[in-house]
This record gives sequence, structure tokens and C-alpha cells, in this order.
Amino acid sequence: MLELKNISFTVTDEKDKEKEIIKDISLKLDDHKFVAITGPNGGGKSTLAKIIVGIEKPTSGQIIWNGTDITNMSITQRANMGISFAFQQPVRFKGITVFDLIKLATGHDISRGEACEYLSEVGLCAKDYVNREVDGSLSGGELKRIEIATILARGTKLSVFDEPEAGIDLWSFQNLIKVFEKMREDIQGSILIISHQERILRIADEIIVIADGEILEHESAESFLPKLLNSTDGPGCRCWKREGC
Amino acid sequence: MDIKIDPIQKHLLEEVSGLHEIPVGAYNIRANGKGIARQCSENIEIIPKDDGTGIDIKIKAGTKNESVHIPVVLSQAGLTEVVYNDFYIGKDADVTIIAGCGIHNGGNSDSKHDGIHRFFIEENAKVRYVEKHYGSGDGNGKRIMNPKTVVEIGKNGYMEMDTAQIKGVDSTKRLTTAKLEEGATLTVMERLMTHGQQDAVSEFEVNLNGQDSGAHIVSRSVAKDQSSQTFISKVHGNAKCNGHTECDAIIIGDARISAIPEISADNPDASLIHEAAIGKIAGEQLMKLMTLGLTEEEAEEQIINGFLK
Repeated sequence: MLELKNISFTVTDEKDKEKEIIKDISLKLDDHKFVAITGPNGGGKSTLAKIIVGIEKPTSGQIIWNGTDITNMSITQRANMGISFAFQQPVRFKGITVFDLIKLATGHDISRGEACEYLSEVGLCAKDYVNREVDGSLSGGELKRIEIATILARGTKLSVFDEPEAGIDLWSFQNLIKVFEKMREDIQGSILIISHQERILRIADEIIVIADGEILEHESAESFLPKLLNSTDGPGCRCWKREGC
Repeated sequence: MDIKIDPIQKHLLEEVSGLHEIPVGAYNIRANGKGIARQCSENIEIIPKDDGTGIDIKIKAGTKNESVHIPVVLSQAGLTEVVYNDFYIGKDADVTIIAGCGIHNGGNSDSKHDGIHRFFIEENAKVRYVEKHYGSGDGNGKRIMNPKTVVEIGKNGYMEMDTAQIKGVDSTKRLTTAKLEEGATLTVMERLMTHGQQDAVSEFEVNLNGQDSGAHIVSRSVAKDQSSQTFISKVHGNAKCNGHTECDAIIIGDARISAIPEISADNPDASLIHEAAIGKIAGEQLMKLMTLGLTEEEAEEQIINGFLK
């Protein structure tokens, strides 16, 4: 179980003015849950994800993962304790192939066949991609799918995705939903997805709405979705209509 | 390997040419200033120069899919040599030439190998040239290599150069010059890594003289610690031609890198491009690999290995 206790994150801007990006957020993410975080851009969603995986350190508060305080642990330590992160904008590497990246993600030697299975799951024709470099020769959508394949290859107990749908075309999007559903069955871990997409919110167990650094709503998808869809001025509706995916 | 060489030389030979046994085809192995093994093939003749300063390699017209290995190893501290190797590649030939130099210096005087390679590539001939430089030994004497490569490619000829200097060479000054005739192509992939106090200079000067000739020069380098590197790439387009030069470099520690590209067109139909980028490893690259469970050091190693692959 992941627990965030009173997490705050403050940055200092160019004019030496302090800005609070995350304001005293506390939440619990139970095992085997699929939780979607939504809300307007600039509301603090990505920052919260980065705090969970260790890319950013909170100004105050505690992060507890399966009973261990990981607040001061490095990205590597958290990764090795079973936390994965899919970047919103996948990173490019000159010379590192798709196979290399998937092999590194699994943490052990794998065959090309195994790597291809992960690629097939994200809808990439494996033989065309496995030997390609993860560089500028791949499109944004291709990189995004490879990024998701690295998370599948890790198969950890917590997977955090930052807007996995961004840059993915319509066909891939259908596939993406299936990927998450399958992942949920296969890995039996928790999935935390930042998303603006109604179809992703629909397959979630719980939905959290974050705006202006605070949690506005946190409830089951079942009870929350109808409210969100019927309301024209609800916070969640506001966010996804405005960003029009 | 049946050739009589000491274990250090054997190690150097493996490092620079990947040879664990006597190679197939033609070869010439030079150790501590002398040729110690040589074999010609039906199509490839290796003739030592009269004064012992090198060899002439003559490849018959039409020779296909053959290779020549010409590694050089130095294990005697303080040895300085200049070697002249001339390659004559006949019309329509298609061959691979594997060169390389390894210096082990366990003493206090400098060891130096200056290899001057000249390639005369005839019409339609195709050459793949692979060269690896390596140094080892913990003596105070420096390991110095100053290779000079002179290339002349005839009509529709092709040369691909794949060079690497990854470890242990204290000082290197590399100069490659090339003249290309009509329809000729030169492709270069240079990989370089310096560390400690090492210094490396690599200079290219390519003249695209023939109509539709082309050159594609790519340098990927990593400079660590206090080492320094200079990459100079001059491409002159003297006809309707295509030239591209690219330097991509990573700095780690207090190293210094200069990239000095120069492209000049003496013909209105010359199309020339240069690209150069120098910088640290991107923080997000390290972060991505760390989220896969690698430490920062492991992530850095993976990024460098991939970059120089």
C-alpha cells in the first residue's frame, strides 16, 4: 500500500517568490487498485507523480510504501522496491536500442523473443522495432508505446503513468485501454494513472481530482463518474472538457 | 595462436583486432617494430617495403569478400616507430581491412606509434576499413598514437571507415584526408573516449572533387575527467556533391571539447551540412534509467556504452 502523508512541495520562482505546487496532500492507494488522477493542467498532478517515484523531494510530509518510509530514498531505491514510472515525455537515447531498454527494465538477461512479447502487447510490430535505437527516428507515439512496454517488462507492484494517452493515436488508444486491463490482471499490482481521458477514468476503481495543488475529490469511479459526466461545472468535467482529449 | 608472442602482446592483439587465432585470409602482424607473421592470399599481396618501415598491400581487381588483418602491437616501453602502409585496391574489388594498434607501456619512457595509411581505391571498388586503438600498462611513460590516413577514391568507389579509440591512449593526433572523384562515397564513423589527462585531436579534410561524390563524417565522443578533445572537420565541395559532418560529444567531469566544423562550397551545386552538439548527459536520461532500477553510475555507463557503440 502507498500512503502519502501531508505532502507539500514548494518552489521558488525567478523573483524569489515561493509557490506552493502541492498543498498538504494525504492519500492512500490500496493494493490491487487502479486509481486515476485527473484535473486541470498545472494543478500539480505530474509533480505528485514525480514525488512518489523520487524525482522530486517533497518540502514536507512522508511517503510510506508497504510500511517503509521512502521519503528520503533515491529513485533507484524506490525502483528496486517495486515502483515504476512511465514518463509523460519519453526520453530519447542515442545508441540504446529498444531491446536494450526493455532488457534493462526487466533487470535481467532476456531473449529477443521475450522483448518482442512486450512490444506486441503495446501494439508494435516487434521485429520492426526491437533493434531500433530509442532516438529521434521514432515518432512520439512509438516512443510512448515503448515507454509503456518498459513498465510492462518491469511488472512491479506499483506502476505510475503520467498521461499515457498523450501523443497516442486513436487505434493505439483502444489498444492502450486493453493494455491497462491486462496489466491489472497479470501483475496484480496497483496502477496510478494521470489522465484526462474519460475512457481511462471509466476503467479506474477510484478517481482523484487534483486542482491547484489540492485534492478536490477522491471517491470510487462508480459514484464519481456520473456526477462528472452530468455536471457542466464540476471540477473534473471542467478539467477534461477544457483540455479536450 | 601459433605465432610466438608474449601474453601482453596477445591481449593487445585481441583488444585491437578481436583476433584469438590466426585470421583467415591475408594478414600482417607487427610487434615491437618488426613484422612477425605475414600471409598473402591469391588476390591479396602484402609486400614489405625495402627499408622495413611498412608494407604495400595490393588487392587485385575484382577481389570479392576477402579481408586483410594488419594489427600492430607494442609492448616494449620507449619504442617509437613510424609505419607507412599503402593499400592499392583494384577496380571492382570489395574487401574489408582490419587495422588496429595496441600499446602496452609499463615503463617510464613514452611509447609511440605513428601509422601512415594511404588508400588508393580504384573505380567501383568498395572498402570497409576498421581500426581500433587501445592502450594499457601503468608506467609513467605515455602511450602515443598519431595516425594519418590519406584516401583517394576513384569513380564510383566507396570507403567506409569505422574507427574507435576507447581506452588507454594518452595522446593522439589523428589526421584523415580524402579526395573523391565522380560518384565516389566516403562514410566515417569515429568513436572516441578520453579520460584522465588524455588529449585527442581528430582532423578531417575532405575534398569532394567529382560530380555526385559524397561524404558523411560522424564523430561520437566522450571526454571524462580532465581530458581534452578537439574535432576539426573540413569538407570542401568542389563539384555537385553532398557533404555532411556531425560531431556529437558528451562531457563528464572537468573535460574540455572543441568542435570546429568547416564547410566550403566552391560549386553552386554543392550541398553541405555540418552539425555539432556538445553537452553533459541529459539529466532525464539518467532519471529514466534510474526508474528502471539502475544506480546513477550504472545509468551513466549504459548511456556512454550505447552512445559509443
